[in-house]
Amino acid sequence: MSAPSLSARFDWIPLALVAGLALVALPLIGSASTWLTLTMAGLAMGMIIFIAASGLTLVFGLMDVLNFGHGVFIALGAFIATTVLGAMGDWTSSPNLWTNLGAVFPAMLVAMALAGAVGWAFERVLVRPVYGQHLKQILITMGGMIIGEELIKVVWGPEQRPLPLPEGLRGSLLIGLGGDQAAIGKYRVLAVAIGLVVLISMLYTLNRTKIGLLVRAGVQDREMVESLGYRIRTLFIGVFIVGSALAGLGGVMWGLFQQNVIPQIGAQVNVLIFIVIIIGGLGSTLGCFIGALLVGLIVNYAGYLAPIVVMFSSIGLMVLVLLWRPQGLYPVTSR
Amino acid sequence: MLNRLFSHDLPRSRWLAVLLIAIVVALALTPFLFPGTKALNVAAKVLVFIVLVASFDLLLGYTGIVSFAQTMFFGIGAYGVAIACTRLGPSWGAVALGVAAALAVSLVLSLVIGLFSLRVKAIFFAMITLAVASAFLSLASQLSDFTGGEDGLTFKVPAALAPSTQYLDEPWLGASIDGRFAAYYLLFVVAVALVLLMLRIVNSPFGRVLQAIRENDFRAEAIGYRTVVYRTIASVLSALFATLSGCLLALWLRYNGPDTTLSFEVMLDVLLIVVIGGMGTVYGAVVGSALFVLAQSYLQDLMKLGAGLVEGVPIVSALVSPDRWLLWLGILFVLSVYYFPTGVVGRLRAMGRRR
Repeated sequence: MSAPSLSARFDWIPLALVAGLALVALPLIGSASTWLTLTMAGLAMGMIIFIAASGLTLVFGLMDVLNFGHGVFIALGAFIATTVLGAMGDWTSSPNLWTNLGAVFPAMLVAMALAGAVGWAFERVLVRPVYGQHLKQILITMGGMIIGEELIKVVWGPEQRPLPLPEGLRGSLLIGLGGDQAAIGKYRVLAVAIGLVVLISMLYTLNRTKIGLLVRAGVQDREMVESLGYRIRTLFIGVFIVGSALAGLGGVMWGLFQQNVIPQIGAQVNVLIFIVIIIGGLGSTLGCFIGALLVGLIVNYAGYLAPIVVMFSSIGLMVLVLLWRPQGLYPVTSR
Repeated sequence: MLNRLFSHDLPRSRWLAVLLIAIVVALALTPFLFPGTKALNVAAKVLVFIVLVASFDLLLGYTGIVSFAQTMFFGIGAYGVAIACTRLGPSWGAVALGVAAALAVSLVLSLVIGLFSLRVKAIFFAMITLAVASAFLSLASQLSDFTGGEDGLTFKVPAALAPSTQYLDEPWLGASIDGRFAAYYLLFVVAVALVLLMLRIVNSPFGRVLQAIRENDFRAEAIGYRTVVYRTIASVLSALFATLSGCLLALWLRYNGPDTTLSFEVMLDVLLIVVIGGMGTVYGAVVGSALFVLAQSYLQDLMKLGAGLVEGVPIVSALVSPDRWLLWLGILFVLSVYYFPTGVVGRLRAMGRRR
């Protein structure tokens, strides 16, 4: 690995990769309108995956803790959404978009608050005793994942629960494209918008605030930050809670995206998230974002072109990226 | 002689030795001591799990890397035998071909995964094996023409092992001498041979290097061992042994499906057995599998009983219902990793040393 240059120039190649992937898919799919629909779906899915994965990559970067139980918070968020939206039936069935959003946003807030609280407990009880021991961390957090999934089954039941989209978010916007029409789900537009809000506020917090500076410094060199007198533990707990809350938000959005929720949802999304953060470079926020977009796109393209290899398409993508950059798209230099 | 058979790695604890002898004798004489289908099925499952868990211990306990794809290789072995016997008919040639093909697939797959993920960082291995295993599970359920999909494959085994084959008309010493009897002893002999072989591997100079890597990979690399190569070989060996245990399971059950071998629950069982038995001791696999499979086969009945007692109490009844078996396994797993990290074998050995 070459030494990082001091005049940090932005690395555009991974961003170009996203555009490149979309362009390569165009001739394979053939129809421009289908391509646009799939690309939009892929970007929306990528945004949701990014929201769910961003906490995990920060937690790993900051504290070297790989949380295999991250998926529990996603599942928790999705199930809370079924309860909250179920209770606000009048609001979700109204055709008025604003009334619908008035139901979706509280669901997101409740999910984030509860997922954050559970995340705090998770850190206290399970993760704290095993700092610095990778092997035990993997085993313990995996155990936490199973316990969490079973507790969800105790509370909400093991069956699949429907999570229908509110009236105003159903259906698609039609865009004329060379005599053909591309259908873009309204919810996908909302997902992209929320994803962008999260990305921008995250990049702002990380790059423009003191807390962000400390987090980034902690990812680069934890001991140095500690020796300057900052309590990295406190910072870390904060990141863990925020990461869990974001996973809860991701869960709400993923549940609405799929329109149904099963307790195994956490384990399923976990796999995607792992692929995403490996592609992005463990610990990197921007890498996580690009990785999520790439995975979202390729899963949607593959789902259209060859449904049977959907799971392998993202793994294949990961293999190719690792062949090119063994540390991921944006390597975190200290690791 | 005995010392050589056990590769100079004796139990080193009187109680452990007694426990091991009891387990081996009980397994060897199950058809005579405990006649009945259920007992024989439980004993056969113990044998299969001993091999599977020991193969996982090679990776987790001796090399210090976590794989979540052990059940994938287990499933490849089982599907190898199942598919070969379904397609080619129940002959020994088909079984041999199935085993060979499964071993070849596992070899290539584990080599590729190992080279890819261990090259960068050992922690990648856990994540990538998890991803590949779940992709494999969904593939196996989707390719229904080939694997029977969710329903799995029911097939016939060679006549010598089939239950309808009677070797003696009369039961001998309480055991009916039929094809199942032959199949059980085939499993027993193969399992014993494989466990002794693994014991030989971990006590060879190669095994010592693996333990050195587990303790401090940086230092092992500095001494001049290519850790990537050793870790990859360990993961390949572990995959091959897991494949063989899958073949044994398929031969015994005459059935294989995704839930039997590939599901994540089997993986959790394996993890739990390794931790309870004792990581980094092949004997832990023997003790752990025996304890766990017995508990799993007979304790779930107890849970049903408990669920009956607290029926009507809202939350408690949901917690102790037999469907929540996995919840208690998970809690047990976390508690054992925290408070019981050396497992039964480690504890027994420590007791001996203290005296």
